[in-house]
Amino acid sequence: MKNEESKVTGGNRTHKDENSSLDTRHSLLRSLFIALWLSILFLPFKGLLPSLILFVVLSLTMTSLVFLRGYARTLIGKGGLAIERIRSKKVFRPSSLVTRSLLLIILLAVPFLLRDYLLDVAILSGIYIILALGLNVVVGFTGLLNLGFVAFYAVGAYTYALLNVKLGLGFWEALPLSLALTTLSGFILAIPALRLRGDYLAIVTLGFGEIVRLILNNWDSLTGGPNGIPGIASPHTFGLSMETLSRYYYVTLGAVLLTYVVVSRVRSSRIGRAWIAIREDEIGASSMGISTMRYKLYSFAFGSFWAGLAGILFAAKMRFVSPESFTFMESVLILCMVILGGLGSIGGVIMGSVVLVVLPEVLREVQSYRMIALGAGLILIMIFRPQGLFSGRKISKRFG
Amino acid sequence: MYLLEVRELTKHFGGIRALDQVSFKVREGSITSIIGPNGAGKTTLFNCLTGLTKPTGGMILLSDAGIGGMAPHAIVSLGVARTFQNIRLFRDMTVLENVLVSQHQRMRSGLFKIVSKHKDFLAEEENARCRGLEYLGLVGLECSADIPSFNLPYGDQRRLEIARALATEPALLLLDEPTAGMNPQESGEIMEIIRKLQALGKTVILIEHDMKVVMGISETIVVLDHGVKIAEGTPEMIKSDPLVIEAYLGRGIFA
Repeated sequence: MKNEESKVTGGNRTHKDENSSLDTRHSLLRSLFIALWLSILFLPFKGLLPSLILFVVLSLTMTSLVFLRGYARTLIGKGGLAIERIRSKKVFRPSSLVTRSLLLIILLAVPFLLRDYLLDVAILSGIYIILALGLNVVVGFTGLLNLGFVAFYAVGAYTYALLNVKLGLGFWEALPLSLALTTLSGFILAIPALRLRGDYLAIVTLGFGEIVRLILNNWDSLTGGPNGIPGIASPHTFGLSMETLSRYYYVTLGAVLLTYVVVSRVRSSRIGRAWIAIREDEIGASSMGISTMRYKLYSFAFGSFWAGLAGILFAAKMRFVSPESFTFMESVLILCMVILGGLGSIGGVIMGSVVLVVLPEVLREVQSYRMIALGAGLILIMIFRPQGLFSGRKISKRFG
Repeated sequence: MYLLEVRELTKHFGGIRALDQVSFKVREGSITSIIGPNGAGKTTLFNCLTGLTKPTGGMILLSDAGIGGMAPHAIVSLGVARTFQNIRLFRDMTVLENVLVSQHQRMRSGLFKIVSKHKDFLAEEENARCRGLEYLGLVGLECSADIPSFNLPYGDQRRLEIARALATEPALLLLDEPTAGMNPQESGEIMEIIRKLQALGKTVILIEHDMKVVMGISETIVVLDHGVKIAEGTPEMIKSDPLVIEAYLGRGIFA
């Protein structure tokens, strides 16, 4: 009786067949339309043939994505009674060990497969994945709009740079100190900022981001002002320098995996649930025994921790930091990654960051027009998939 | 033995007296209804009891300890839970996750146990899931555990609110219009659930407009009007109380 009811109301996972086939046709048409639109945008810059190729590639990948999604849905649907699936705990581990190890092997093999330029892009993607996963904790899980996230990225990068250049600390010695300082800065911002809500919080965080950038830009004696800090050392592990791109790739990969594992585990614990409850309904959350102030504070600090890690990786990779790398646009870019991939969805956010790092590189050919194409793409995604490219989650109006 | 005692509770919003020296006692294991016309201060009373608004004056004693003005989460930890008149579920979470959230305070795992998937953490999660399913079973939602809660039909959302409040393991449960918008059959089912709660040893206070429900299950009824308690007593006493009739129907011209 209860089961019948849930089907009638159209629970995502209990879709009837005819319903989902209609759904699939809809998404297919939609993805073809998006592919067509992007190819037409491409036309004036690259001519007919490349646009055609782009159209074919895009429509193929998007349709296969649609089918993959349908396949995943039937898999979930086959799981039997809801209650049994929960008891067997499989619901919480959708990807099997095999896919995971395959993915890991591919990731480990990347330096042998890619040219240096692409490897550089891969490392950059890694740094942005860490940043986006960190911001996702604050914006996606807890629902606090943070427009100054880049400040924590900057604090991490500059702390490592200063500890290394001025005090001569190595990468691994400086790492815990820098991380601690970034987390602390997260706390420091959060304490006054969390009295505010929504738009007001966004403005305060934006201000914080600018303050940090201006301090870095003007405190010449410490930060070198606009000239930045050159000569930062690369990490050394077991006497090996991690300076080469392929070695540094592994350092980044390790950090990304750590971020992914920690964030996704925390997400499915009482802490993550408390964050999401606050996002969904703050009054409801506090009436269910969650100290909303404390968990918002944790969320800010936890998010900034990862920004700090990304900052350290960035400083050690570039071996140079300057305020130019930490502008407001950078905050916006990270926020775009989170929203593009799907607020709150860990896998989606990872894909979102990769797309937003790789796409500008791919579009480098069309030079200054690439930002138009990128912007158009973002607008399209927000129109057709407001919940993000890869997220299955329905977005309620607040973020729509 | 009284579980809750409210002494001269007063709440002013600017010049408006939402609650004016309201006093009553609630016996442990009893079902009490709070009734009154719209704007009588019923929900304000609940908000004061659960810490969502700070009382202007008066005392709230839970087992003889004052809880007036404490933070909502602190009051939950002392064993008071509530549902909301306008449903406040965690919409994007599944039904089961909703009841997991409210077990938050009883879960102890810190960050390091969570990240390392320590066996204590896993056992705690498993335990919370089993308990969550029990609470869902109590309100008849165990088969919908996996559904996002916004996909539940309206009546089931109200049931989930009750299960979610119950999962905090309260001694005192405050239900704000649990049968609002329900048909007589559904209201009857909610009444059954409330009786079950009483059988479990919970003390229940409910705000209710459906007189069939109120008269059917309450032992004591407290009537509020314009923030003032105008009557208190058994259903029979309330039904014939002239002040109550006046508050609901108005005074006759020649009375």
